[in-house]
Amino acid sequence: MIQTQSLSFSYSPAARFTFPDLRCDKGESLLITGKSGTGKTTLLHLLGGLLRPSSGSVSIAGTALESLSERQLDAFRGRQIGMILQESHFVAALSVLENLQLASWLATGNQNSDRALQLLAELDLRDHAAKYTSQLSIGQKQRISIARALITSPSLVLADEPTSSLDDENAAIVTQLLKKLSQEYGAALIIVTHDQRLKEQFTNSVVL
Amino acid sequence: MIAKTALKNIRYRPLNTALSLVLLTASVAIISLLLLLQNQFEKKFSDNIDGIDLVLGAKGSPLQLILSSVYQMDAPTGNIPLDSAQVWMKNPFVQSAIPLSFGDNYRGFKIVGTTPEYSQKYGATLLSGTMFQKDFEVVVGNAIAEKLGLKVGQKFLGSHGDVEGGEVHEDHPYVITGILKPTGKVIDNLILSNLSSVWAVHGSHDHSEEVTDDHVHSEACNHEHEHSDAHDHNHSDQSSETAHAQPETREITAVLLKMRNKMALVTWPRLIAANTNMQVASPAVEVNRLFTLFGVGIQALQYLAYGIMLISGISIFIALYNTLKERKYEFALMRISGAGRFHLLKLIVFESLFLCVIGFVFGIISGRIALYVISGIASDEYKMTFSPLEVLWEEEGLLFLLTIFTGFIAALVPAIKAYSLNISKTLANA
Repeated sequence: MIQTQSLSFSYSPAARFTFPDLRCDKGESLLITGKSGTGKTTLLHLLGGLLRPSSGSVSIAGTALESLSERQLDAFRGRQIGMILQESHFVAALSVLENLQLASWLATGNQNSDRALQLLAELDLRDHAAKYTSQLSIGQKQRISIARALITSPSLVLADEPTSSLDDENAAIVTQLLKKLSQEYGAALIIVTHDQRLKEQFTNSVVL
Repeated sequence: MIAKTALKNIRYRPLNTALSLVLLTASVAIISLLLLLQNQFEKKFSDNIDGIDLVLGAKGSPLQLILSSVYQMDAPTGNIPLDSAQVWMKNPFVQSAIPLSFGDNYRGFKIVGTTPEYSQKYGATLLSGTMFQKDFEVVVGNAIAEKLGLKVGQKFLGSHGDVEGGEVHEDHPYVITGILKPTGKVIDNLILSNLSSVWAVHGSHDHSEEVTDDHVHSEACNHEHEHSDAHDHNHSDQSSETAHAQPETREITAVLLKMRNKMALVTWPRLIAANTNMQVASPAVEVNRLFTLFGVGIQALQYLAYGIMLISGISIFIALYNTLKERKYEFALMRISGAGRFHLLKLIVFESLFLCVIGFVFGIISGRIALYVISGIASDEYKMTFSPLEVLWEEEGLLFLLTIFTGFIAALVPAIKAYSLNISKTLANA
């Protein structure tokens, strides 16, 4: 599903990162760990097409990211990649449901309300659909991020420190849901984290 | 969906939105009010001088003469003897001459002694009843009839002067014989009688009670004089007939002249000022002078309103720019969800344009409410009404474009900032 080849990136000549080749197939998950400053977030941004690599290539679902124009990349990202960030941000003026609808609409041109409600039900958040995201707890917000990442049925889910701001209980819930749902939706899951709690739950892992 | 998000964003920040809206509304309201006022004011003034080339009256301020005799707005400059006025009224250069005589009012509405030609000049035909024929018969302008609920056949007492509360002439009740159709001109707010009614009422001050007799006498005289009139000059003005009866006591206030020879417009003012105790003034010239005076004030107010519009533009700009910082994660997130740069540009421009459209609508409405209030005051004080329902498509269309343009300019920089947002950097620093 996703495959990288001799990726490297440099912010400046002094700060140059080279990354090992990665591969993660449909329904599988991969944990990328490492100390801070080793380029975890940079790698994630390269995989998500938010940054262009200095060299090497990223191929997702058979498409090489470097072959896409800026505009095509925006569209591709919307359709094929779901992202979950350490701190979840939402469009503050929209309700939970509307945030999901917006994400779906931006990617596919279709608000897909049924699917959004179904996802919220699976995440046990159905009752919060009409609330503003600012009215939710951090754990709930993170679960909504998962819903938003999955609403377009992407082939790749990228998570950047999804649990590091959560307590043990919520971290476990979020990790479980991430694994379960990306399997269910047939997406490859890549998590970048320094959170030790996650290591036990993933068999595949790469250390940067 | 972008439009919906933009609307929700506007609603989510009520204080910013309110400030921008208040400023926009104020500027649009002031500008549209001024446009409407100026337009209707000038139209009202120009409509009323149609067919009046010159006004003959007592010496004094020419503007005052025009305002009092054409617009019924100011006190008259004084009276002139009918016989000296007639020298000029009969001049071959004159196409038509309508004499006016003021003196009384009924509940603040002027009673004007004149000839039926006066109502013809304003195109005011009878809605009901007949034109005045005898003394103390009056026809009533439409606005008065409506306001006071007057009907044909009713009688009323006039009081002296041109404002309410003067001495009441109890001996001479007026009878309403007709009500005029609405014209939108000054005649709607006037009560018309023949000239001799006015003379009769005010004659009674000087000669106590014998006026009625005096009047009958003068009417009798009219018939005798008809022959001499015919070979003298064949105009059938009843005022001139009565004037022949008792030339020395007859006075009128002003004469509205329409000239056959336009050269007279230039030569008469000097000619009359030099040779008589009277003056002629040109309504066109005086009204122009008035507009120029007003124009300065209106222009100043307009600049003020454009200034407020500029400030509202700046307020929108600052509101958008300030929230940009807290919203950049929101934007990065939309980009991650598949939004292109153009989507973000559109979102911000939409937010600004929505504000402008809403502000414009509010402004147009409040401008009209203000005009309605002003119209109420003006109709009480100056017998002048403005229509709040009139739409100036061209001017207000331009104003709409200007408002939209302001919104667009205000959104430009924030929109470009959002457009060129670096997602990776934004998220990495989160």
